[in-house]
Amino acid sequence: MSTTVETVTRPSTPPSKRKRGGLNAGQGRRGLFLVLPTIVVLTVVIVYPLISAVILSFQKDSGLDKATGLFVEGGPAGLSNYTHWLLADCGTGRSSCPPGSIGSLFWPALTITLFFTVVSVSLEVVLGLWFATIMNREFRGRGLVRAAILVPWAIPTAVTAKLWLFIFAYDGIANHLLGFVGISPLLWTGDAWPARFAVIIADVWKTTPFMALLILAGLQLIGSDVYEAAQIDGATRWQTFTRITLPMIKVPLMVAVLFRTLDVLRIFDLPWILTGGGGGDGHATTTLSILVIKQIREGFHSASALSTIVFLIIAFVAFLFIRFGGADVVQRPPKGARGDKVKLTENPAVEAVAEGN
Amino acid sequence: MAHDTRRRRARVAFAAAATVALVTAGCSSGSSSSSSSAQAGASSRGPITFVTGKDNSNVWAPTIAKWNSAHPNEKVTLKEQTDQADQQHDDIVQHMQAKDPSYDIVTVDVVWTAEFAAKGWLVPLKGQFAMDTSKLLKPTVVAATYNNTLYAAPFASDGGLLYYRKDLVPTPPKTLDEMWSKCSIAKSKNMGCYAGQFSKYEGLTVNAAEAINTAGGKIVDDQGKPTVDSQESRKGLQMLADHYKNGDIPKEAITFQEEQGRQAFEAGKLLFLRNWPYVYNLAKTDGSSVVKDKFGVAPLPGLSGPGASSLGGHSEGISVYSKHKATAFDFLKFIEEDAQQKFFMEKGSLAPVVASIYDDAALVAKYPYLPTLKTSIENAVPRPVTPYYPAVTTAIQDNAYPAIKGDKTVDQAIKDMQAAIKSATSGG
Repeated sequence: MSTTVETVTRPSTPPSKRKRGGLNAGQGRRGLFLVLPTIVVLTVVIVYPLISAVILSFQKDSGLDKATGLFVEGGPAGLSNYTHWLLADCGTGRSSCPPGSIGSLFWPALTITLFFTVVSVSLEVVLGLWFATIMNREFRGRGLVRAAILVPWAIPTAVTAKLWLFIFAYDGIANHLLGFVGISPLLWTGDAWPARFAVIIADVWKTTPFMALLILAGLQLIGSDVYEAAQIDGATRWQTFTRITLPMIKVPLMVAVLFRTLDVLRIFDLPWILTGGGGGDGHATTTLSILVIKQIREGFHSASALSTIVFLIIAFVAFLFIRFGGADVVQRPPKGARGDKVKLTENPAVEAVAEGN
Repeated sequence: MAHDTRRRRARVAFAAAATVALVTAGCSSGSSSSSSSAQAGASSRGPITFVTGKDNSNVWAPTIAKWNSAHPNEKVTLKEQTDQADQQHDDIVQHMQAKDPSYDIVTVDVVWTAEFAAKGWLVPLKGQFAMDTSKLLKPTVVAATYNNTLYAAPFASDGGLLYYRKDLVPTPPKTLDEMWSKCSIAKSKNMGCYAGQFSKYEGLTVNAAEAINTAGGKIVDDQGKPTVDSQESRKGLQMLADHYKNGDIPKEAITFQEEQGRQAFEAGKLLFLRNWPYVYNLAKTDGSSVVKDKFGVAPLPGLSGPGASSLGGHSEGISVYSKHKATAFDFLKFIEEDAQQKFFMEKGSLAPVVASIYDDAALVAKYPYLPTLKTSIENAVPRPVTPYYPAVTTAIQDNAYPAIKGDKTVDQAIKDMQAAIKSATSGG
């Protein structure tokens, strides 16, 4: 979301204006005129749905009128939609949602979503760094390697998921390969841990190229002279990597990690198609977004409460990243000298990616 | 840079234009939906739109063409949805919430009837819209009835069948015990014995309900109160769990939906398969099917006779927001006529809702499974008829799945199922 804000609002402060210092009255009006459409658009597409979702979350779902058998409006709900999720309260107190009701699934879904996020993003960082380093080298057929690495990312997620569904079928390729090394076939989409790792494997396969692309963009900004100097100073490869490469690509790396973290926190389509949120006891791969969609079928208002909770969680994580992780997604105001940090928006590759989202 | 700025300005201008368009669109749709539209059009005639899921068997275009040539002033337009049941449901819900008058007739899965009726979206078929249901199969009428009122016209039914390998088992098993005793044959041939739909989705609700109903259990009573916590229900679910554990139900069957089971059966990997009638034609004609002339169809086995199938199928409801309800009602009567019902059967292998068609000698000669299917539907039990169906089916699936896999005891699963259905239907 923050990238959208960034790209849309930028016209309001074109770089050419900054150098002049203040604005006169006419320019101010013109500026306002230019910003207005943006404000209207943002209000319509972001602020309005957000506020209405929050308002809806304080309404009761419509209930059945026993006399007529018809649904009637539920009226105000207070905080009950929120306690429904946070305390698994189905109307008769804490933890009263029986197993098999959606209300009992919030904490398991939150746990599994965080698990996916941590494992998936960690693997992607390691693999992404590795791929980016390879792609950054000069060698014959580099273009081909780059293209090959980018292919999984170019495939739509739904197709990826279906592809891995076939691979993970009981008599699919994955189980045949396991057979070669003497492991009996796994129920990839039926048992808890295989299902979870099926989702992670497919997600890592699909999105590591994205990570690699962002990291590569950072790597290419490092001049070869820095490495030459390090070589002359007798630095080892590991020292070069930890003292030069990592600090230089910190910002694009953190931005990539932020994007991917937010993506996995919202992950829906991949596990939905691959496992239907099932596996193990029936909800081993039910993420928060899957839970929202399931709840929408049963009642909008508690779904609104759940999406508000999910929104707050994601906003909090994004805040942590930007505040403490150095993921400088939004350009700072043009006061004072520019830092020597590599800004995301100066990086053509990153910008292309951000706008593509 | 200058070029960039121009592009951005163009983008902003476009966004502004889009906003204006959005806002005006919002206003116009808001003003057209008046609250009186629910009652309007009861005796009005005119062109209508017929909404149904993707017409894979291609029955609707010819049927509608036939109607249109006879009723040039009351033309029916076909609107196809996706072939995914969940998406069809959500599409109808959205159009009904928008009080859209362009959805005149909607195709309702049997398990949605109660929900749509309770939301007040379907015209009750009584009074001037009263429908003669005497020649229809009773379970199909029950499934379209909510609160003692018929809300939709049954269009096509569906019941579970037992597909069996007649080359290995010449006479089909009549009881469950008989069926399980034949599993030694499967073992000696190194193939799976029995599979249904055990993946965690709606198909599992169908299969679990069949096991429970066949054993004499009942998921909800006639008032919609949960009654699943009984010894009979335990027995039904325990049977599936036991046979999954001992391998009669192959391990991979826990991931099967309809199609995976059909493919396994067609590849000769299964002795018995519980599935819907659509499998019959495919297993006979598919190029990859190795069982073309080696399989037969029987009613689902029960304790001592035919078991209880879960009823599938679709009905047609008239939207309360339709502007031409009289035409819509005539069209419903038209699709219940024998000629159309026969056409649906012959062209699309859709199970007729008119009882007499199953006794049509010419059709039975061509589709030998028809009498079996009739038995199946006559013994069928509708899945719980409740406006809270989505929550009820979740309660059944989420507990039956771990019970069959052995991740949870059957006793605990049945207790939790009862509690979850109770919590879902208490109206909270």
